Amino acid sequence: MSKEELVILDCWVSPFCMRVKIALSEKGLEYEARAEDLFGGKSDLLLNSNPIYKKVPVFLHNAKPLCESTIIVNYIDETWSSPPLLPPCSYGRAQARFWADFIDKKVFDAGGNIWRSKGEAPVEAKREFIEILKQLEEALGDKDFFSGDTFGFVDIIAIPLTSWFYAIEKLGNFKVEDECPIFSAWMKRCLKRESVAKVLPDPEKVYEFVIMFRKMQGIE
Amino acid sequence: MAEEVKLFKTWSTPFGLRVVWALKLKGIQYDAIDEDLSNKSALLLQYNPVYKKVPVLVHNGKPISESLVILEYIDETWKQNPILPQDPLEKARERFWAKFNDEKLLPSIWGVFTKEGKEREEAIADSLENLQFVEEELTGKKFFGGEKIGLADLVFGWLAYLICVFEEVTGLKIIDERFPLLLAWIQEFSELPIIKDNFPPHDKLIIRYQAFYEKYHPAK
Repeated sequence: MSKEELVILDCWVSPFCMRVKIALSEKGLEYEARAEDLFGGKSDLLLNSNPIYKKVPVFLHNAKPLCESTIIVNYIDETWSSPPLLPPCSYGRAQARFWADFIDKKVFDAGGNIWRSKGEAPVEAKREFIEILKQLEEALGDKDFFSGDTFGFVDIIAIPLTSWFYAIEKLGNFKVEDECPIFSAWMKRCLKRESVAKVLPDPEKVYEFVIMFRKMQGIE
Repeated sequence: MAEEVKLFKTWSTPFGLRVVWALKLKGIQYDAIDEDLSNKSALLLQYNPVYKKVPVLVHNGKPISESLVILEYIDETWKQNPILPQDPLEKARERFWAKFNDEKLLPSIWGVFTKEGKEREEAIADSLENLQFVEEELTGKKFFGGEKIGLADLVFGWLAYLICVFEEVTGLKIIDERFPLLLAWIQEFSELPIIKDNFPPHDKLIIRYQAFYEKYHPAK
């Protein structure tokens, strides 16, 4: 069988790119990560592969492009079946998709309302962010991971976003661990996994990036 | 065990209608519960505590929320007349377009309906760009799913009966002769009996959206 060519058009700080890299790692797959310069000028390959959104990640499987991180993670799971990232039964899968969709809709934007704010982060933005994490705590319950004993799809969708939490905490002046201990414990569990530990960047570096980004946008 | 399938929806929601179409396509018997959103039933709030919205599918007592999650669940549970292809790349493509509709196309067209002045001009420009992407996707195809309708057709399906309502109420032409493939698709899609037999009544929709329009554009 000819060798598969797996490429990700990547940005080190993008949680959406991290999802794809973790999924590939969980499946034991080798891939090439090509860093995109999102501020200096996106590559022709990126613009041609993702003409609608012009965003990373783009995953190229033998040169065929796929876009949108959650869709890419699903594709990886369906193409390379072992180990499975989604639960075996239809209802469990529906629950996993529901929570992945909730995380996609809510977490990054709610965090953005804190780190993008001028001056002191609004109380309402912090309240909303914590509320979302508390809803995720309810979904976790007393399970180790979102779908049970095994690290899987929802964990992969969620854990990269937490690499931005240190920056959000510093700018919002609160700690996730104090407000949401169950979620915090889940984060620590995920960070023990090799696939996560080698992909997630140093939170200090993410914080530096956010500060630089705020300056670029004229936010003080 | 006898199957028990219930669908909580309203008479007008396009998100509920895509689920109705999927159930009808697969010949699944179900009980429809039409909600009054100004007075939501205790059952709806119990089955969808996170969003408190329709549609919600309840299969043998187990609730599933979010229309795209519901559609995937239906396709996995009842295998006849599949709405998603087997091939992972083709499946990813269907999911991409479903997401594009919900996150980009529908909001941009809703913006044309609800906004005024410069914001409306921007919404019109966005809508035209989004419609052009959809037009290109139809190249060489009868339906988004190919020869038969699939997930993307069901999700874009609102265009077939609601665009004419928007056009009548606003006096604006949204899908014009610049989009011949889309117009042809609307024709083909609308001719399918399970599709047109379940369109909400046109005159009732006109009354509903006329009332919305007056709310968004109060007479000065």
